[in-house]
Order: sequence, then structure tokens, then C-alpha cells
Amino acid sequence: MSDASTGALSQVLTRHADEVRTAWLDAAAAELHGRSSRGELDREQTEIFEALVGGLADGGTTLRDAAFDQLRGILADVSAARARLGYTPRETAMAVFALKEGLYALVSDASVRTDITSLLRLVDDLGLYTFEAFAEAREAIITEQSEQLLELSTPVVKIWDGVVAVPLVGTLDSARTQVVMEKLLNTLVETGSEHAIIDITGVPAVDTQVAQHLFKTVVAARLMGAQCTISGIRPQIAQTIVSLGIEFGDIRTRASLADALVDALESGGRSAAEVTG
Amino acid sequence: MSDAIPILKIGSTLLVSIQVDLQDTTALRLQEDLAERITTTGARGVIIDISGLEIVDSFIGRMLATVAAISQVLDARTVVVGMRPAVAITLVELGLSLGGARTALDVDRGLALLESDDTPSAGATLLDAAKRRAR
Amino acid sequence: MTTVAPTTTQRLEVRGDADVVRVRQLVRGVAQEARLSLVVQTKLVTAASELARNTLVHGGGGHVTVELVTEGARTGVRAVFADDGPGIADLDLALTDGWTSGGGLGLGLSGSRRLVERFSIDSAPGAGTRVEIVTWSR
Repeated sequence: MSDASTGALSQVLTRHADEVRTAWLDAAAAELHGRSSRGELDREQTEIFEALVGGLADGGTTLRDAAFDQLRGILADVSAARARLGYTPRETAMAVFALKEGLYALVSDASVRTDITSLLRLVDDLGLYTFEAFAEAREAIITEQSEQLLELSTPVVKIWDGVVAVPLVGTLDSARTQVVMEKLLNTLVETGSEHAIIDITGVPAVDTQVAQHLFKTVVAARLMGAQCTISGIRPQIAQTIVSLGIEFGDIRTRASLADALVDALESGGRSAAEVTG
Repeated sequence: MSDAIPILKIGSTLLVSIQVDLQDTTALRLQEDLAERITTTGARGVIIDISGLEIVDSFIGRMLATVAAISQVLDARTVVVGMRPAVAITLVELGLSLGGARTALDVDRGLALLESDDTPSAGATLLDAAKRRAR
Repeated sequence: MTTVAPTTTQRLEVRGDADVVRVRQLVRGVAQEARLSLVVQTKLVTAASELARNTLVHGGGGHVTVELVTEGARTGVRAVFADDGPGIADLDLALTDGWTSGGGLGLGLSGSRRLVERFSIDSAPGAGTRVEIVTWSR
């Protein structure tokens, strides 16, 4: 499409705006019956239409052009909103594809002499873009939800005055270990505790990344003025750590959470006997 | 011209609380001021409260380690208190250490830490008793 | 595709100590706009502080541009540190942990690189230095 041509397309759309938009609105309303009101669709379409016409007038030929920045922005917003509200992919994309009904009306209108084939292709692009934006928005929602789930499944508990513990169960991945790290350190500050215990009895295996994160957690706790012990290291994990060449020498480890607790209490200047009475 | 950070004296301990985003020159000035105050007051301990710092980069980290080294030469111990979790995580990622400075959760615990330094440990007392018996 | 929000491109000259602090504050502000988590924000601002200092101390002064960027559904922060200083002769060496130029504890480049998601550096003797960092919200 040459510049002159996009200008012509812009004019055609403007001249036949009512015709195009009515057909568009009818098609979309039929598809989204019950989902969106006609008024809502109309408002949405006004924004999209104006951005489209404006972009064409500015010489935009493909969707990636700067002339269509605003149009892409609007479509992205609409898709994200629809994703949040639980619209299906089809419902979301149809809002744009329905525009073609309006364009087909122009094709069959004898009074329109401009060739709008390139415009039809552009609308296909718009529809695809809308669909992509919808997919991205859905992924973002899923990520958000899994993060919330991660937060909820990482309990940091105060098990004694000045001692907090995190009993980890299941496979540890990098993301989860980082969440544990942040939560644990924050809890130390919030509860004014000087001892933290990360118990990995329920963890079948760790890889280099996870081992490094655990190591960093211990060092970070130390920088904050607290002691962090790792308890419940299984023989297999100990072997992995050694074979991976990770220096665990500086980290305090104990066979069980109970041992780690005794440790923490004793280093506080109290003997375990005193405390258990 | 940056404002100097005030240094308080509690018994034989100097207390510094850093509340503002530190300019490099201010940090250096603090380092010098502390060295001087330790000498003139004969302080045995220095507590640097960084609970107000949102960022500790390599310059500030080095300053803290340097203060610890200087105070050690002057026969005093340094404790850095109140490091925020996000700061600790970042420092670990940077691979920075605070040198000979010890750390504590807050000023109270920092003071307690310094105090326990001055109290003879149980081990020392037992050793003294054993030596006496041996004579 | 990454787009830059036109209203949030800001530039600061780095000519003195106080400017390094201003850079921290600017980056922090944009990071909050981009909704970065506290830890990610802290890492980014710390890296920015290191790089701004480099621009001042090793580059003889320069400027920093900070902008809010978006890519699909996520937002991020992009910061560019540029100077017309002497440049770095051996980039590979400079990016190694523990490398130091002239007595100090290093240019902090390798450390800064670990604190951000994307890190690129352009530098040659006599051609100045340009460092670009980007970090995204999760």
C-alpha cells in the first residue's frame, strides 16, 4: 500500500463510517449477545475505528507502523480487559473480525471505487494482534495466580521465641526457593527473631540453583544479624551437593528440625534442659 | 556541602544512625569522623544502624568494612544493625562482605553483643580456675 | 515488541556525587511505576548506583536516561549510562568478578550485571562507554 492509497482508504472509511460501523456493530453484537451491551460495543468500536482511520491518514501501512501505535494500544487494553473478565478467545477476537462485515458491505457497494483489499488484510492483522494480546494477558493472569499459590504454600512459622522455621515439602525450584528466601528474611525482621531453620526433610532433591539459593539465604540472614540453619538434609541431597562442588562448609546443618531448634535455643545462652524443664 | 551524620555516645559505645540516601562524600566523612571519635573517646564499640537504608551499594559496603577495620586497629568492635532483607539479598548477589563487622538485628541486640564481648566467657573462667589449681 | 511510554523518559546529568543520589531516586521512582517487587527494585537501584558512579568516576561525568518500557503485558525499566570518558580497553576482563582498575575494588560491572535482567555494554578506548540495563516486573 502506498501513502496515497492509505489516505484514500482513510477517506473511504470516513465517508462510509455509518454504513461500516453499523454492519460491524450488528455482527459483533450478534456474536457477543449477552456478554457486552450494544452501548459498550459501540463505545469500544468508536475508539478502535477512530484510531484505525487516524492511523491510515497518518500513512500507516502495516500494523507495526508507528502510525498505528495508538490503535495497538487500544486493542491491547481491550484484550487484557476481556481476558480478566473471562471472555473466550473467540469472543475477544470477534470484536475486531466483525469489522470485516462492515468492509464487505463496502466491497459490494458499487459507489465505492477504491480497492480496499489491503484494508481487509490489515483487519486480519488486527484480529491476530488482538488474539495475541489476549493470550499474553491470560498468561499474565495465570502467572499471577501461581505466584499467589506459591506464597500461600510457603509457610514460615515462629516455633519458639526468637526462632522461625520453614518446613519445605516437595520439589524445590528456583522460583519457590526465592519466595522462601524473601519470606523467611522478612519474617525474621517482623518477629525480631535471631534464628531461622529451613527444614528440607520433605524435599527429595535439589539442583545447583536451589542449593545456591539456600546458601544465599543463609548468608543474607547472617548479614541481617541472624543465624540460619538447614536441617533434614537427606543422604542423596548431601551427595548431590558434594558432587556439584558446592561449598557448604560455612553453613550450619543439623540432621533434624528438632536438633536445629535445640541448637538455636542453646546458642541463645539458654541450655536445652532449662527450656524443656 | 552535605550534612554530616551525627554520632552519639552511649557509655563506651558510639552509635550512628544513617537515615538518608548516602552521598559518597558523606559516607567518607562519616568514616573519618568515626575514626576520630573512637580515638578521642576511647570507645570500645561502634554500632552503625542502617535500618533506614534502602540501598547499600559497593561504596557504602566498603565504607562499613573499612570502619570495622579501622575500629579494630583502635581496639574497638563494630556492629552493623538493621539491614533490610532486600538489601541483604542484594549484597549477597553482589558478593560483598562487610569485612570484620559483625551484625545484629537492631541497636538493642547490637549493644548486647558488644556487652557479651566484655563479659568473660564460661570457658575463660574454667581455664583460670584450672590454672590456679595447677600452681 | 517493546514500547516506551513517552511520558516517562527522563535524563539526568551526572557531574557530581549528589547526582548519583539523584539517579537512585529517579530509578526508584520509575521502578515503582513499573510495579517491580521490592527485591527486584532494590537490585535495580543498587546496580544503577554502581553504574552512575562509574560514569562519574571512570567516565569523567556523563548522563543517564531512564524510561518505563512495556512488552506485551509486562512493564519494566530501562536505564542507559553514557559517558565520553577513556573507555574500557579489555571488556572481558572488566566483566570478570574481582577485576580492578587502579586500586579500587573494581568497576562493579560484573556485580551490576547479576542484579538486572538484561545488561549490555559498549566501550572502547577513546570512544567512551555506554551501558544499558533492563529489568522487568515478574
